[in-house]
Amino acid sequence: MPDKQKMYPLSENHSDELRAANGFRIDELTMENILSDKVTMEDIQIAPETLNHQAEIAAAAKRYPLAVNFRRAAEMTRLPNELIMEIYEMLRPGRAVDRASLDAIAQRLREEFGAEKLALFLEEAAEIYTRHGVFSKRF
Amino acid sequence: MTRKHQSNRWRRFDDWDNRPLRLDLFSKDDPENGFTAWKGKNDPVPNLIIEDGMVAAMDGVSSDHFDMIDTFIARYHIDIETADEAMAMPSDEVARMLVDINVPREHLTRLAHGMTPAKLADVVARLSAVELTFAYAKMRPREMPGNQGHVTNAKDDPLQMAADAAVAVALGFDEIETTMRVSRNSWSNALACCVGAAVGRAGVLFQCSSEEAEELEIGMKGFTSYAETVSVYGTEGAFIDGDDTPWSKAWLTSAYASRGIKMRCTSGAAAELLMGFHEAKSLLYLEARCLCMQRGMGAQGTQNGGIDGAPLASTIPGGVRELLAENLLAVWLDLECASGNDARHSESEIRVGAKITPYLLAGSDLICSGFGTILKYDNSFNPSSFNGEELEDFLVLQRDFEADGGLSSVEESSMLALRQRAVDALEAVLEALGLAVPTPTMKQSVVVASGSNETETFSVGDVGRISAAIQQKGITILDVIKALHQRGFCNEAENLLFLLRLKLSGDYLQTSALIRDDRVLSAVNRPNNYLGPGTGYRVSPGRLAELANIRDELDKDTVISGQAVHAAFEAKKITYRELGDYVPSSDSKEVVVAISPAFGTRLFQTLAGHSLADVLRHLRDGIEAEGMSMRVIRCWHTADTSFLGLTAARLSGTGIGIGIQAKGTAVIHQRGRLPHNNLELFSNAPITTHQHYRSLGTNAAVYARGDWPEPVIVTNNGEALGARFHARVALIYAIETAMLVADRMPQQVAITFLEDSDA
Repeated sequence: MPDKQKMYPLSENHSDELRAANGFRIDELTMENILSDKVTMEDIQIAPETLNHQAEIAAAAKRYPLAVNFRRAAEMTRLPNELIMEIYEMLRPGRAVDRASLDAIAQRLREEFGAEKLALFLEEAAEIYTRHGVFSKRF
Repeated sequence: MTRKHQSNRWRRFDDWDNRPLRLDLFSKDDPENGFTAWKGKNDPVPNLIIEDGMVAAMDGVSSDHFDMIDTFIARYHIDIETADEAMAMPSDEVARMLVDINVPREHLTRLAHGMTPAKLADVVARLSAVELTFAYAKMRPREMPGNQGHVTNAKDDPLQMAADAAVAVALGFDEIETTMRVSRNSWSNALACCVGAAVGRAGVLFQCSSEEAEELEIGMKGFTSYAETVSVYGTEGAFIDGDDTPWSKAWLTSAYASRGIKMRCTSGAAAELLMGFHEAKSLLYLEARCLCMQRGMGAQGTQNGGIDGAPLASTIPGGVRELLAENLLAVWLDLECASGNDARHSESEIRVGAKITPYLLAGSDLICSGFGTILKYDNSFNPSSFNGEELEDFLVLQRDFEADGGLSSVEESSMLALRQRAVDALEAVLEALGLAVPTPTMKQSVVVASGSNETETFSVGDVGRISAAIQQKGITILDVIKALHQRGFCNEAENLLFLLRLKLSGDYLQTSALIRDDRVLSAVNRPNNYLGPGTGYRVSPGRLAELANIRDELDKDTVISGQAVHAAFEAKKITYRELGDYVPSSDSKEVVVAISPAFGTRLFQTLAGHSLADVLRHLRDGIEAEGMSMRVIRCWHTADTSFLGLTAARLSGTGIGIGIQAKGTAVIHQRGRLPHNNLELFSNAPITTHQHYRSLGTNAAVYARGDWPEPVIVTNNGEALGARFHARVALIYAIETAMLVADRMPQQVAITFLEDSDA
């Protein structure tokens, strides 16, 4: 088994190092802290580093598209829920009316969130949607 | 000839018309209209052209004519490095490799990643049903099989949801899934199931199937730990009507992972056919496209095998084999497979049982992608292949084949307490969060109810208000954990916290992950390494004992203690007194009755439940009605009906005797006949009545007189008497044979009936 796969499961082999996206340590995720309102939903947000580790594990198991997905997801951890939902809505057929709106949001992801992979993915979608007429209104 | 025998058809067809099977529809193979499992009119011939490291043509379409699905598959699924090698291999050869125990799984998954949808379909279509099953056992990603259950009810009642979720957990489901009757009730369902699934043990993954956007939102609040309703279709038309594109679905795929939520896609035969965009392509080819897309999206797995299209796929010739083939495609592509067996494909219980068998034998990451843990009418998805009604049938199938379907029996005595605990826990959360206050009657009705028809609980309107409040107040999993703990449901709170910690690790995002004994098991750390007998998943002795453990097993002690209950009762009705060795007689008015060793000594009731005293009395009455008398002997050298009867006949002055065992099996025999060539045999003891025994006595007397009576026929209604009685028969008969004394002469027995009427 390649080394990357030996990391797995992280919850058993690397639990000391696990943190939430905001740096909250897993050993702080205790019942005591929940009861005293010291835990927020942000504290249980999976960290991009963790998802990148899972991407390495997936790639070591030769599951490359899964690894690519985890890397996109790692970038996505920085996006607020509402923005993720908003972009999902834009990607549905006939929601975005033209290519420019998708390109614009891609640019925003790149600049505001450093999400290069997601930006490229949206730009690709914009190109494909243009070619296949997905921007046409569905009434 | 009377009118009642006039008919213009063979009446067997009337019988056939009345069977549940005939409620099913069967459609003709029609490749032009998409009704075909394997060979659509427009199915392409597999091909792949790669130029400058890019796909230039695939399955007969050049890249400038690709639709969105082709484009997505070409960019994200096709592994350019493997493609030339994989596409050049003859399909027959690859098909044989799939069933060859000497070819490792990894070798085959690597090849699949270089194959086009048409090529993949072409390979698996060459396998017979048994080869598909075998290949599936070899190719499924995780070592140990699992199962998933639906928890829903017709009222969207959160109390029942919690109780039923706890039961599903106790039965061993690794994942549970809910959905609702009224879509705005989704938040209430999610909260209730989430709480119920935390009762008993930690680590059961939970999802709430809902509209795509809302499902993600519920996940983001921490209630759910997986999602599987990310539907994918094999034609562009169906995809667009499904209100998505491969890119929007891929976005969703990443979105779930980004929030630490396990996710699989959904696809399956006949979805495109149902949606009116089949492009005259076969079920299998379209599903191959779906699966390549899903892999390309980076989904760890799929829920396929027809799913909602399974009933339609099953109307087509070979449709059920096609469902197996598409499941095989999923695992060959290295995707986790929740292998359908959910939407019930037939009204015929035989078809349902037959359909599940290959999956049970082969094992599957999740055998059902929705076993109905609740009653059929409570299933808000639709009735499943197996439901609350048939749950024990599934448990027995596991036991029959010693095949692990992921489930275990539950103790009847512990179920009320478990359901009460779940309902109390939910009550605590509803109250603490100011959502609702259930009454004691509501709770009690839910705890004991088999289904929602029996409950007095929240109205659908109440549930809508609870659901809206959960959403509006922004309640999260943290609030639920806190409420549980504060109200004393510490184990349940800890179980939910355990899942949150696990979420931070992302471990259950990997392929085929589930959680057992607080550990994540997936295709990464527990891969299926099947390479023939002695390898791969083997049912452990402990698990075997769990599979064997079903309700009301019979054993010798049960039979003996059951008989002992009747001993005292029998003692008030009859006495048997042995008078010494029987002496042959020349009495021309007698019928000798030979009873077996345990008759009235260790055993006291026939299989039909008749008192042996009553049986003897009816024999006597029948004999005496013809002016003859009954003499009783007890045999010690045999307990076999034929030999009992023949012994009686040989020792009888008239040459006619009756042999009868304690279980009620009887025979009329005649001196000089071969042992198994009797005059009349009453072999179906469980359906033999008092009147039959009386007639038996009468007929024996008529034979003794030298006449030929009408034989007595014990008619049956086709009961599977073997299934109902043989285990008991074998145990009872062993009691008889254990009492045999080979060289002891038949004993004359004086019978005294202590009361003269039927009890």
